[in-house]
Amino acid sequence: MIPASFDYIAPTTVEEAMAALDEAGEDAKILAGGQSLLPVLRMRLADPRLVVDLGRVPELRGVRQEGDSLVIGSMTSHHEVLGDPLIREHAKLLALATRTVADPQVRHRGTFGGSLAHADPAGDLPAPALALEADMVIAGSSGRRVVPASEFFVDYFTTALQPNELLVEVRMPHWTGWGAHYEKFNRVAQAWSVVGVAAAVRTEGGAIAEARVGLTNMGPTPVRATGVEQALLGRPATSETIREAARHAAEGTSPTSDASADVDYREHLAEVLTGRALTTAAGA
Amino acid sequence: MPRITVNVDGTTYTDEVQPRTLLVQYLREQLGKVGTVVGCDTSNCGACTVHMDGHSVKSCSVLAVQADGHEITTIEGLARDGQLHPMQQSFHDNHALQCGFCTPGMIMQALDLLAENPEPDEQQVREGLEGNLCRCTGYQNIVRAVRDASERMRPGAGPPMEHSEPTSPPRTATEQDRAQVTGGQHS
Repeated sequence: MIPASFDYIAPTTVEEAMAALDEAGEDAKILAGGQSLLPVLRMRLADPRLVVDLGRVPELRGVRQEGDSLVIGSMTSHHEVLGDPLIREHAKLLALATRTVADPQVRHRGTFGGSLAHADPAGDLPAPALALEADMVIAGSSGRRVVPASEFFVDYFTTALQPNELLVEVRMPHWTGWGAHYEKFNRVAQAWSVVGVAAAVRTEGGAIAEARVGLTNMGPTPVRATGVEQALLGRPATSETIREAARHAAEGTSPTSDASADVDYREHLAEVLTGRALTTAAGA
Repeated sequence: MPRITVNVDGTTYTDEVQPRTLLVQYLREQLGKVGTVVGCDTSNCGACTVHMDGHSVKSCSVLAVQADGHEITTIEGLARDGQLHPMQQSFHDNHALQCGFCTPGMIMQALDLLAENPEPDEQQVREGLEGNLCRCTGYQNIVRAVRDASERMRPGAGPPMEHSEPTSPPRTATEQDRAQVTGGQHS
C-alpha cells in the first residue's frame, strides 16, 4: 500500500527541526531511519499531516567520547553502530544486540535513536540501553533535558518524549572491559524477539564484581533484572552461580501472551536465556 | 511537489514526486525500472532491494524524497555491455531461481554481502540473506550461487565489477530513457 498524503520537511539543523515540530504539534511524525515508520504509514496505521525527516541533520549522527561518557547521536544507523570502534570497546553489549536487529537492509537505514523512540517492547535495543544505564538527551522548545533510560520507557510504544520533543543523543558510561552478551530467542529469520536478554558482567579474580541484566519483551517496557544482578554480586563466576541467579530473571516482570508465547513460556525463556547470556558474558 | 535529483544506474534524473511516493514506486512508475519488484508490502521479503550509496536498502521502506542527492543501483544497472554481472551469471548457472520474483532482491543483497565479506561460508550467506525471502523455498541453490559468485568475483578472477570505474561518465536522462517505461502505471 501507499501512505496517505502528508507534507514533508527535511531540516538541516536541530533548531529547524524543533521549529517544525513546535508548529505542527501532534500532527507531526519524526522520520529517523523509517524502518518502522514507513511500514506504519503504508499500512495507514498513522496519518500524520507533516513528516519531519531528520536524515539531513548531520549533527545527530556519529559516535564520540565526551569526558567519561560515550555519546551516540540519535540518527546513527545500526550499521554505523556495528562498525564503530568506540562502541566495540566501551559498549560491546550494544553492538552485540544491534547485530540481531532485523536484517542487513534494515540495519543500513534504521537508527539507534529511532529504535529507542519507537519503544517496541520486542525491539532489541531498549533493554541494552537500560542495562547500560543510558541517558537520553532530549531537545524541546525550552531547551534540553536528560532522562535516564529507567524513566524514558513508559509503556508500549510510549516514551517520555513529548510530541514537540526530539531525541538528540544517547549518553552512557564507559563499560570498558565488561564481558557482554545479547541472547535473543525468535522463531524465524529477521523476526522480533520473543524474549531477549542483555547481560554485561565485570569479573575480578574469578568472581563477579558487578552485573547488569536487561530483558526484552518481558513487559510493556524493557525490564532490569535486579534480582539476578544482586544474586551474582561477589559470587564466583561459575555455571552454578549463574544458574541460581537466573532463577530470579522473571521476578517483577509482566509479559503478555501472544501467538509466539504464553506468559509462563516467556518466564521460562527469561530464566534460560539469562543463564545463557550470563554464561557467555562472564566466560563461565 | 518536492523536486528530487537522483542518480539511478549511472543516469541522473530530476523529477517532481509526492512526499509519500516510495522509492520503489518512483523507480518503477516514473523511471520504468521495473526490474525492481514489490513483493510483500510489509518490509519482510526483500524483493525490492536496491543499493543506496553502495548499501542495500528495501526500496519499499525508503521515500523517494529521501533518495534526493543519492546514488541508487538497481538490478538493471549490473550488466555491462550486454554481459551479465558475475552474480547474475552465477544465479543462472546454479539454477538459483524458480519463479524468479525474489531474484532481483536476492542478487542485490548478495552483492552487498560480498562487499562486506568477500568469502562467506554457507552460514554467513544464509545470515547475509536473512532479509530476503524466496517463496519457492529455493534457498539451496541461491546459497550455492552466492558462494560460486564469490569465487568468480575474487580479485583477478574476472572482468571489473560493479564498484569499479564506470565505463562511461554519468549522463542525464533523455526522453528515450523514459520511453522505455513498460510497467507500473502503464501496464
